[in-house]
Amino acid sequence: MKTIRRNVCAAILVFASGLAGAVHAQQSSDAIERELETYRSMMRSDPWSNPGMLDVDRGETLWKTPGGPNNVSLEGCDLGLGPGKVDGAFAALPRYFADADRVMDVEARILWCMEKLQGFERAKLLNRPHPGPGMPVKDLGAIATYVAYRSNGRSFAAAFSHPKEKEMLALGEALFFRRSGPMDFACSTCHGDSGKRIRLQPLPFFSKPDEARKIVGAWPAYRVSTAHVMTMQHRIYDCFWQMRLPEVELGSDVPVALISYLVKQAEGGEISIPGMKR
Amino acid sequence: MSAKPRIRLPDNARIGEVIEIKTLIAHPMESGNRRNNDGGLVPRLLLHTFAAKFAGREVFRATLHTGTAANPYISFFTKVPGPGEFEFTWIEDGGAEIIERQALKVI
Repeated sequence: MKTIRRNVCAAILVFASGLAGAVHAQQSSDAIERELETYRSMMRSDPWSNPGMLDVDRGETLWKTPGGPNNVSLEGCDLGLGPGKVDGAFAALPRYFADADRVMDVEARILWCMEKLQGFERAKLLNRPHPGPGMPVKDLGAIATYVAYRSNGRSFAAAFSHPKEKEMLALGEALFFRRSGPMDFACSTCHGDSGKRIRLQPLPFFSKPDEARKIVGAWPAYRVSTAHVMTMQHRIYDCFWQMRLPEVELGSDVPVALISYLVKQAEGGEISIPGMKR
Repeated sequence: MSAKPRIRLPDNARIGEVIEIKTLIAHPMESGNRRNNDGGLVPRLLLHTFAAKFAGREVFRATLHTGTAANPYISFFTKVPGPGEFEFTWIEDGGAEIIERQALKVI
Protein backbone atom coordinates (compact mmCIF):
# COMPACT_ATOMS: atom_id res chain seq x y z
CA MET A 1 0.00 0.00 0.00
CA LYS A 2 2.88 2.36 0.80
CA THR A 3 4.21 2.14 -2.75
CA ILE A 4 0.77 2.91 -4.12
CA ARG A 5 0.45 6.00 -1.95
CA ARG A 6 3.94 7.13 -2.97
CA ASN A 7 3.10 6.57 -6.62
CA VAL A 8 -0.17 8.50 -6.32
CA CYS A 9 1.64 11.42 -4.65
CA ALA A 10 4.35 11.29 -7.28
CA ALA A 11 1.71 11.20 -9.99
CA ILE A 12 0.02 14.30 -8.60
CA LEU A 13 3.34 16.18 -8.45
CA VAL A 14 4.31 15.21 -11.97
CA PHE A 15 0.85 16.01 -13.28
CA ALA A 16 1.32 19.63 -12.24
CA SER A 17 4.37 19.82 -14.45
CA GLY A 18 2.74 18.64 -17.62
CA LEU A 19 1.58 15.84 -19.83
CA ALA A 20 3.96 13.23 -18.37
CA GLY A 21 1.60 13.17 -15.38
CA ALA A 22 -1.15 11.40 -17.26
CA VAL A 23 1.20 8.53 -18.11
CA HIS A 24 2.32 8.24 -14.50
CA ALA A 25 -1.27 8.29 -13.18
CA GLN A 26 -2.07 5.42 -15.53
CA GLN A 27 0.85 3.45 -14.09
CA SER A 28 -0.28 4.04 -10.51
CA SER A 29 -3.85 2.96 -11.25
CA ASP A 30 -2.37 -0.22 -12.75
CA ALA A 31 -0.48 -0.68 -9.48
CA ILE A 32 -3.73 -0.30 -7.51
CA GLU A 33 -5.40 -2.82 -9.82
CA ARG A 34 -2.50 -5.24 -9.20
CA GLU A 35 -2.88 -4.88 -5.41
CA LEU A 36 -6.63 -5.47 -5.72
CA GLU A 37 -5.99 -8.54 -7.83
CA THR A 38 -3.66 -9.89 -5.10
CA TYR A 39 -6.50 -9.37 -2.60
CA ARG A 40 -9.02 -11.09 -4.88
CA SER A 41 -6.75 -14.05 -5.54
CA MET A 42 -6.16 -14.47 -1.77
CA MET A 43 -9.94 -14.51 -1.33
CA ARG A 44 -10.36 -17.05 -4.13
CA SER A 45 -7.60 -19.30 -2.80
CA ASP A 46 -9.52 -19.71 0.46
CA PRO A 47 -13.27 -20.02 -0.18
CA TRP A 48 -13.74 -20.07 3.57
CA SER A 49 -12.88 -16.39 3.76
CA ASN A 50 -16.10 -15.56 1.89
CA PRO A 51 -18.93 -14.62 4.32
CA GLY A 52 -21.39 -15.46 1.53
CA MET A 53 -20.94 -19.06 2.70
CA LEU A 54 -22.99 -18.20 5.79
CA ASP A 55 -25.93 -17.51 3.51
CA VAL A 56 -25.32 -20.72 1.58
CA ASP A 57 -25.79 -22.52 4.93
CA ARG A 58 -28.82 -20.40 5.74
CA GLY A 59 -30.33 -21.07 2.32
CA GLU A 60 -29.84 -24.82 2.77
CA THR A 61 -31.69 -24.75 6.08
CA LEU A 62 -34.49 -22.67 4.54
CA TRP A 63 -34.74 -25.06 1.57
CA LYS A 64 -35.02 -28.14 3.80
CA THR A 65 -37.13 -26.79 6.66
CA PRO A 66 -40.94 -26.81 6.40
CA GLY A 67 -42.20 -23.22 6.26
CA GLY A 68 -44.86 -20.83 5.06
CA PRO A 69 -48.61 -21.01 5.69
CA ASN A 70 -48.69 -24.54 4.19
CA ASN A 71 -45.78 -25.64 6.41
CA VAL A 72 -43.97 -27.59 3.69
CA SER A 73 -40.29 -27.52 2.70
CA LEU A 74 -39.06 -26.51 -0.75
CA GLU A 75 -37.87 -30.05 -1.39
CA GLY A 76 -40.98 -30.50 -3.54
CA CYS A 77 -39.85 -27.58 -5.72
CA ASP A 78 -38.91 -28.54 -9.27
CA LEU A 79 -35.96 -26.44 -10.46
CA GLY A 80 -36.04 -28.15 -13.84
CA LEU A 81 -34.47 -31.52 -13.02
CA GLY A 82 -37.36 -32.88 -10.96
CA PRO A 83 -38.79 -32.03 -7.52
CA GLY A 84 -36.09 -31.47 -4.92
CA LYS A 85 -33.18 -32.02 -7.34
CA VAL A 86 -30.75 -29.20 -6.62
CA ASP A 87 -27.36 -30.40 -7.89
CA GLY A 88 -26.67 -28.91 -11.31
CA ALA A 89 -30.10 -27.27 -11.59
CA PHE A 90 -28.71 -23.72 -11.60
CA ALA A 91 -26.37 -24.50 -14.52
CA ALA A 92 -29.38 -25.22 -16.77
CA LEU A 93 -31.40 -22.11 -15.85
CA PRO A 94 -33.17 -20.00 -17.09
CA ARG A 95 -35.58 -22.49 -18.64
CA TYR A 96 -39.24 -22.86 -19.57
CA PHE A 97 -41.50 -24.34 -16.87
CA ALA A 98 -44.75 -25.80 -18.17
CA ASP A 99 -46.51 -25.59 -14.77
CA ALA A 100 -46.01 -21.82 -14.68
CA ASP A 101 -46.05 -21.41 -18.49
CA ARG A 102 -43.10 -19.04 -18.18
CA VAL A 103 -39.35 -18.91 -18.59
CA MET A 104 -37.76 -18.51 -15.16
CA ASP A 105 -34.35 -17.94 -13.67
CA VAL A 106 -33.41 -19.36 -10.28
CA GLU A 107 -34.96 -16.50 -8.28
CA ALA A 108 -38.20 -16.35 -10.30
CA ARG A 109 -38.55 -20.11 -9.83
CA ILE A 110 -37.93 -20.05 -6.05
CA LEU A 111 -40.39 -17.16 -5.78
CA TRP A 112 -42.94 -19.29 -7.65
CA CYS A 113 -42.31 -22.31 -5.36
CA MET A 114 -42.52 -20.19 -2.19
CA GLU A 115 -45.86 -18.89 -3.42
CA LYS A 116 -47.39 -22.08 -4.84
CA LEU A 117 -45.94 -24.73 -2.53
CA GLN A 118 -45.36 -22.93 0.74
CA GLY A 119 -48.33 -20.59 0.36
CA PHE A 120 -46.49 -17.30 0.94
CA GLU A 121 -48.30 -14.22 -0.28
CA ARG A 122 -46.65 -13.05 -3.50
CA ALA A 123 -47.11 -9.36 -2.72
CA LYS A 124 -45.28 -9.80 0.59
CA LEU A 125 -42.36 -11.57 -1.06
CA LEU A 126 -42.12 -8.74 -3.59
CA ASN A 127 -42.29 -5.95 -1.04
CA ARG A 128 -38.68 -4.73 -0.60
CA PRO A 129 -37.25 -8.01 -1.86
CA HIS A 130 -33.60 -6.86 -1.72
CA PRO A 131 -31.54 -6.05 1.39
CA GLY A 132 -30.33 -2.56 2.30
CA PRO A 133 -26.64 -1.95 3.10
CA GLY A 134 -25.50 -3.97 6.12
CA MET A 135 -28.67 -6.08 6.15
CA PRO A 136 -28.48 -9.78 5.33
CA VAL A 137 -29.86 -11.01 2.00
CA LYS A 138 -33.57 -11.91 2.21
CA ASP A 139 -34.63 -15.56 2.57
CA LEU A 140 -35.33 -15.92 -1.16
CA GLY A 141 -31.85 -14.64 -2.00
CA ALA A 142 -30.22 -16.99 0.53
CA ILE A 143 -32.08 -19.95 -1.00
CA ALA A 144 -31.01 -18.84 -4.49
CA THR A 145 -27.40 -18.61 -3.28
CA TYR A 146 -27.61 -22.16 -1.90
CA VAL A 147 -29.14 -23.52 -5.12
CA ALA A 148 -26.52 -21.75 -7.26
CA TYR A 149 -23.72 -23.00 -4.98
CA ARG A 150 -24.81 -26.58 -5.66
CA SER A 151 -23.84 -26.08 -9.34
CA ASN A 152 -20.27 -25.05 -8.48
CA GLY A 153 -17.67 -26.45 -10.84
CA ARG A 154 -20.22 -26.91 -13.64
CA SER A 155 -20.56 -24.74 -16.73
CA PHE A 156 -23.50 -22.63 -17.85
CA ALA A 157 -25.48 -24.82 -20.23
CA ALA A 158 -29.03 -23.44 -20.50
CA ALA A 159 -30.55 -24.97 -23.64
CA PHE A 160 -32.65 -22.08 -25.02
CA SER A 161 -34.38 -24.59 -27.30
CA HIS A 162 -38.06 -24.09 -26.36
CA PRO A 163 -39.75 -21.33 -28.42
CA LYS A 164 -40.51 -19.35 -25.24
CA GLU A 165 -36.85 -19.62 -24.16
CA LYS A 166 -35.77 -18.34 -27.57
CA GLU A 167 -38.26 -15.52 -27.29
CA MET A 168 -36.93 -14.59 -23.83
CA LEU A 169 -33.34 -14.65 -25.05
CA ALA A 170 -34.21 -12.36 -27.98
CA LEU A 171 -36.03 -10.00 -25.60
CA GLY A 172 -32.97 -9.94 -23.34
CA GLU A 173 -30.67 -9.06 -26.20
CA ALA A 174 -33.01 -6.30 -27.36
CA LEU A 175 -33.30 -4.87 -23.84
CA PHE A 176 -29.54 -5.00 -23.36
CA PHE A 177 -28.99 -2.65 -26.30
CA ARG A 178 -32.15 -0.53 -26.11
CA ARG A 179 -31.54 2.98 -24.79
CA SER A 180 -34.36 4.42 -22.69
CA GLY A 181 -35.30 6.59 -19.75
CA PRO A 182 -34.43 10.22 -18.90
CA MET A 183 -30.68 9.53 -19.23
CA ASP A 184 -31.04 7.65 -22.52
CA PHE A 185 -29.15 4.70 -21.05
CA ALA A 186 -28.87 1.08 -22.15
CA CYS A 187 -27.01 -1.78 -20.44
CA SER A 188 -24.60 -1.53 -23.35
CA THR A 189 -23.79 2.09 -22.47
CA CYS A 190 -21.61 0.74 -19.64
CA HIS A 191 -21.18 -2.89 -20.69
CA GLY A 192 -20.69 -2.42 -24.44
CA ASP A 193 -16.90 -2.16 -24.61
CA SER A 194 -13.80 -3.50 -22.85
CA GLY A 195 -12.03 -1.47 -20.16
CA LYS A 196 -14.95 0.70 -19.02
CA ARG A 197 -15.53 1.41 -15.36
CA ILE A 198 -17.77 3.25 -12.88
CA ARG A 199 -15.47 5.06 -10.46
CA LEU A 200 -12.91 2.33 -9.62
CA GLN A 201 -15.14 -0.60 -10.56
CA PRO A 202 -14.14 -2.23 -13.84
CA LEU A 203 -17.18 -3.26 -15.90
CA PRO A 204 -17.38 -6.40 -18.00
CA PHE A 205 -18.13 -6.19 -21.73
CA PHE A 206 -20.95 -8.71 -21.84
CA SER A 207 -21.15 -9.14 -25.60
CA LYS A 208 -17.65 -10.62 -25.47
CA PRO A 209 -18.01 -14.23 -24.21
CA ASP A 210 -14.49 -14.22 -22.68
CA GLU A 211 -15.44 -11.40 -20.33
CA ALA A 212 -18.98 -12.64 -19.68
CA ARG A 213 -17.72 -16.11 -18.70
CA LYS A 214 -15.43 -14.65 -16.04
CA ILE A 215 -18.17 -12.57 -14.40
CA VAL A 216 -21.60 -14.20 -14.71
CA GLY A 217 -20.58 -17.39 -12.85
CA ALA A 218 -19.67 -15.35 -9.77
CA TRP A 219 -23.27 -14.22 -9.05
CA PRO A 220 -24.82 -14.37 -6.42
CA ALA A 221 -21.81 -12.67 -4.85
CA TYR A 222 -20.81 -11.35 -1.44
CA ARG A 223 -20.37 -7.61 -1.56
CA VAL A 224 -17.82 -6.34 0.93
CA SER A 225 -18.95 -2.70 0.96
CA THR A 226 -22.55 -3.53 1.89
CA ALA A 227 -21.70 -6.70 3.84
CA HIS A 228 -24.29 -8.94 2.23
CA VAL A 229 -24.89 -11.36 -0.59
CA MET A 230 -26.26 -9.69 -3.71
CA THR A 231 -28.20 -11.83 -6.17
CA MET A 232 -28.33 -11.37 -9.95
CA GLN A 233 -31.91 -10.03 -9.77
CA HIS A 234 -30.73 -7.51 -7.17
CA ARG A 235 -27.78 -6.55 -9.39
CA ILE A 236 -30.13 -5.85 -12.30
CA TYR A 237 -32.56 -3.98 -10.01
CA ASP A 238 -29.65 -1.73 -9.00
CA CYS A 239 -28.51 -1.25 -12.61
CA PHE A 240 -32.04 -0.07 -13.48
CA TRP A 241 -31.97 2.33 -10.55
CA GLN A 242 -28.55 3.62 -11.69
CA MET A 243 -29.97 4.14 -15.20
CA ARG A 244 -32.93 6.05 -13.67
CA LEU A 245 -35.36 3.55 -15.15
CA PRO A 246 -38.58 2.43 -13.42
CA GLU A 247 -38.20 -0.05 -10.58
CA VAL A 248 -37.86 -3.55 -11.91
CA GLU A 249 -39.92 -6.27 -10.19
CA LEU A 250 -38.13 -9.34 -8.88
CA GLY A 251 -38.77 -12.36 -11.08
CA SER A 252 -40.58 -10.41 -13.80
CA ASP A 253 -39.83 -10.92 -17.50
CA VAL A 254 -37.39 -7.99 -17.83
CA PRO A 255 -34.71 -9.29 -15.41
CA VAL A 256 -35.31 -12.90 -16.53
CA ALA A 257 -34.78 -11.84 -20.17
CA LEU A 258 -31.57 -9.97 -19.32
CA ILE A 259 -30.30 -12.89 -17.24
CA SER A 260 -31.05 -15.19 -20.19
CA TYR A 261 -28.91 -12.97 -22.41
CA LEU A 262 -26.05 -12.85 -19.87
CA VAL A 263 -26.13 -16.62 -19.30
CA LYS A 264 -26.11 -17.22 -23.06
CA GLN A 265 -23.08 -14.93 -23.43
CA ALA A 266 -21.38 -16.79 -20.57
CA GLU A 267 -22.20 -20.24 -22.01
CA GLY A 268 -19.45 -22.69 -21.03
CA GLY A 269 -18.20 -20.41 -18.23
CA GLU A 270 -17.55 -22.03 -14.89
CA ILE A 271 -19.91 -21.46 -11.97
CA SER A 272 -18.15 -20.43 -8.76
CA ILE A 273 -20.60 -19.21 -6.12
CA PRO A 274 -20.58 -17.06 -4.04
CA GLY A 275 -18.35 -14.57 -5.81
CA MET A 276 -16.64 -11.70 -4.02
CA LYS A 277 -17.25 -8.10 -5.08
CA ARG A 278 -16.01 -4.68 -3.96
CA MET B 1 -28.00 -13.49 14.11
CA SER B 2 -28.72 -14.71 10.63
CA ALA B 3 -26.73 -17.95 10.60
CA LYS B 4 -24.85 -20.41 12.77
CA PRO B 5 -21.08 -19.79 12.84
CA ARG B 6 -19.06 -21.94 10.46
CA ILE B 7 -16.19 -23.95 11.96
CA ARG B 8 -13.74 -25.92 9.89
CA LEU B 9 -11.46 -28.47 11.56
CA PRO B 10 -9.43 -31.09 9.70
CA ASP B 11 -11.30 -34.42 9.37
CA ASN B 12 -8.72 -35.93 11.69
CA ALA B 13 -5.32 -35.10 13.15
CA ARG B 14 -2.33 -36.81 14.77
CA ILE B 15 -0.95 -35.93 18.20
CA GLY B 16 1.73 -33.25 17.80
CA GLU B 17 0.43 -32.16 14.39
CA VAL B 18 -0.05 -28.44 13.69
CA ILE B 19 -3.53 -27.91 12.30
CA GLU B 20 -5.37 -24.93 10.83
CA ILE B 21 -8.76 -23.95 12.20
CA LYS B 22 -11.09 -21.65 10.29
CA THR B 23 -14.07 -19.79 11.72
CA LEU B 24 -16.60 -17.50 10.11
CA ILE B 25 -19.44 -15.73 11.90
CA ALA B 26 -22.26 -13.43 10.78
CA HIS B 27 -22.07 -10.10 12.60
CA PRO B 28 -22.50 -6.45 11.54
CA MET B 29 -19.38 -5.28 13.49
CA GLU B 30 -20.86 -1.81 13.88
CA SER B 31 -17.92 0.48 14.63
CA GLY B 32 -19.81 3.23 16.50
CA ASN B 33 -18.35 5.85 14.15
CA ARG B 34 -21.06 5.79 11.50
CA ARG B 35 -24.06 8.09 11.43
CA ASN B 36 -27.60 7.19 10.45
CA ASN B 37 -29.87 9.21 8.15
CA ASP B 38 -30.89 11.52 11.02
CA GLY B 39 -27.27 12.37 11.82
CA GLY B 40 -27.18 10.40 15.08
CA LEU B 41 -24.38 7.96 15.82
CA VAL B 42 -25.14 4.31 15.18
CA PRO B 43 -24.24 2.67 18.51
CA ARG B 44 -21.11 0.56 18.56
CA LEU B 45 -21.78 -3.17 18.44
CA LEU B 46 -18.69 -5.27 17.99
CA LEU B 47 -17.61 -8.79 18.72
CA HIS B 48 -14.65 -7.52 20.75
CA THR B 49 -13.11 -10.87 21.65
CA PHE B 50 -12.65 -14.25 20.07
CA ALA B 51 -11.19 -17.11 22.09
CA ALA B 52 -10.59 -20.78 21.40
CA LYS B 53 -10.11 -23.47 24.03
CA PHE B 54 -9.01 -27.01 23.42
CA ALA B 55 -9.75 -29.59 26.11
CA GLY B 56 -10.39 -26.75 28.56
CA ARG B 57 -7.11 -24.91 27.89
CA GLU B 58 -7.04 -21.64 25.96
CA VAL B 59 -5.06 -21.99 22.72
CA PHE B 60 -5.91 -18.78 20.89
CA ARG B 61 -7.33 -15.36 21.68
CA ALA B 62 -7.91 -12.29 19.54
CA THR B 63 -9.15 -8.81 20.38
CA LEU B 64 -11.11 -7.24 17.56
CA HIS B 65 -11.35 -3.48 17.11
CA THR B 66 -13.42 -1.03 15.09
CA GLY B 67 -11.46 -1.64 11.89
CA THR B 68 -12.67 -5.22 11.59
CA ALA B 69 -14.96 -5.91 8.63
CA ALA B 70 -18.49 -7.27 9.05
CA ASN B 71 -18.82 -11.07 9.23
CA PRO B 72 -15.31 -11.66 10.59
CA TYR B 73 -13.28 -14.60 9.35
CA ILE B 74 -10.56 -15.84 11.70
CA SER B 75 -8.14 -18.61 10.99
CA PHE B 76 -5.33 -19.78 13.27
CA PHE B 77 -2.96 -22.68 13.81
CA THR B 78 -2.54 -24.84 16.88
CA LYS B 79 -0.64 -27.94 17.88
CA VAL B 80 -2.71 -31.00 18.79
CA PRO B 81 -1.80 -32.15 22.34
CA GLY B 82 -4.19 -35.11 22.38
CA PRO B 83 -7.86 -35.91 21.94
CA GLY B 84 -10.39 -33.27 22.94
CA GLU B 85 -13.05 -30.78 22.03
CA PHE B 86 -12.67 -27.22 20.79
CA GLU B 87 -14.75 -24.48 22.32
CA PHE B 88 -14.98 -21.23 20.37
CA THR B 89 -16.34 -18.09 22.04
CA TRP B 90 -17.18 -14.74 20.51
CA ILE B 91 -17.99 -11.97 23.03
CA GLU B 92 -20.16 -9.07 21.93
CA ASP B 93 -20.24 -5.55 23.40
CA GLY B 94 -22.69 -5.78 26.27
CA GLY B 95 -21.44 -9.20 27.24
CA ALA B 96 -23.50 -11.54 25.05
CA GLU B 97 -21.53 -14.68 24.17
CA ILE B 98 -21.80 -16.98 21.18
CA ILE B 99 -20.31 -20.38 21.90
CA GLU B 100 -19.69 -23.24 19.46
CA ARG B 101 -18.16 -26.60 20.32
CA GLN B 102 -16.70 -29.18 18.01
CA ALA B 103 -14.71 -32.32 18.79
CA LEU B 104 -11.45 -33.11 17.01
CA LYS B 105 -10.95 -36.65 15.80
CA VAL B 106 -7.45 -37.69 16.84
CA ILE B 107 -5.90 -40.75 15.18
